[in-house]
Amino acid sequence: MERLRPPAGWQIATVTSVKVETPTVKSFRLSLPAWQPHLPGQHYDVRLTAPDGYRAQRSYSVASSPLDVGEIELTIDRLPEGEVSAYFHDVVRKGDRVEVRGPFASRFVWRGETPALLVGGGSGVVPLMSMLRHRRRTAPDRPMRLLYSVRTEADVIYAGELGGETVLSYSRSAPEGWDGRVGRIDAGAVSRVAFDSGFAFVCGSHGFVETAAGLLLEAGYPAERIRTERFGPTS
Amino acid sequence: MADFISRGFTGRRRPPEELARRLPPGQYYEKGFPVLSAGPTPKVKLEEWRFVVDGLVASPREWTWEDVGRLPFEDVPCDIHRVTKWSKLDTRFGGVSLDHFWEAVKPLAAFAMARSYGGYTTNLPMDDLTGGKAWLVWEHEGDPLPPDHGGPVRLLVPHLYLWKSAKWIAGIRVQKEDYPGFWEGGGYHNRGDPWREQRYWND
Repeated sequence: MERLRPPAGWQIATVTSVKVETPTVKSFRLSLPAWQPHLPGQHYDVRLTAPDGYRAQRSYSVASSPLDVGEIELTIDRLPEGEVSAYFHDVVRKGDRVEVRGPFASRFVWRGETPALLVGGGSGVVPLMSMLRHRRRTAPDRPMRLLYSVRTEADVIYAGELGGETVLSYSRSAPEGWDGRVGRIDAGAVSRVAFDSGFAFVCGSHGFVETAAGLLLEAGYPAERIRTERFGPTS
Repeated sequence: MADFISRGFTGRRRPPEELARRLPPGQYYEKGFPVLSAGPTPKVKLEEWRFVVDGLVASPREWTWEDVGRLPFEDVPCDIHRVTKWSKLDTRFGGVSLDHFWEAVKPLAAFAMARSYGGYTTNLPMDDLTGGKAWLVWEHEGDPLPPDHGGPVRLLVPHLYLWKSAKWIAGIRVQKEDYPGFWEGGGYHNRGDPWREQRYWND
């Protein structure tokens, strides 16, 4: 693995905008005094500090392109038992300051490899969106597709930004007039978007990633060309 | 006391006092056992699994699943800490202390590189792998270790962040020089002591 620059230390970012994406997801744009460019797929750590010194830290993927100099966008899904995600959803507003550190190294980064197949489940689309946005601005002619599994139409993050490169898959219920099937992604869905070469990037819950990575192996992607990022507990 | 206070943050998920003392800095208490790996889960068949110890040792050796089954099995109660911020307390693995393997091969150098099926590597000093501090494990909470948690057999070094506990362990090479493994070469700390919060290079 190529060596990456170590991240800057903790810095205090300022929230420049808050966007409601879905009933449980918001995107926060942060302005960073010691910003450094990230690779699409990388994450930042966020640290909250209470008046008595109690702290909570979590990691969030960057959703924006590194061409947005000086700022990053973090898209945060409100988790039922979440401490940090609930704080962002209930408290944080434009002008607030939050402590962040990053970007952090990962194997889950896009360095311009194409064709690239992105497979996201739920808020697993966030780091993939950074790849999609960056490719649109740097290499719009290079092949990249996104297979995006959501529960319902209301759960689609970045709905206004998804274009012809994106194939939606509804796991719970589909919008009226939807002619595809409803359910977990399957071999048919993967075969419709798979390239015959290149890399695949899969992000979502553990169960989603296990399923999707298995389907990609069956579709002919070698294991070393499948990069995964998982979140959430297993049973 | 911290210099920076997050406006309106009180901390709703504080662990009970008796557990808080066992959480390293920056970690939170997690009851589940989340999974994190960089690629698809390798499927390693037990009958094909081998554990090879080589490099700077007096007598390199290979063990099969049957071979390790003949070594003294022990319960390993421990707390585990992941660099992604969660800690799991009072969990229990089962397997064999690495000391039994060292007795057989006689290591002759101070560093080691663990390697996994699937190509993962992680580097450790021998000091962290000897003296009852590291195990090969194939049971978790009394059940066979599932593939997504590193089964059939993984390394367990519970006093360091969990990326040092290589899943799907295939072997350990003893070496004179220390050089970085998979995550260590990409920005993560060379040693990874959770109590010193050694997450990244400059920690």
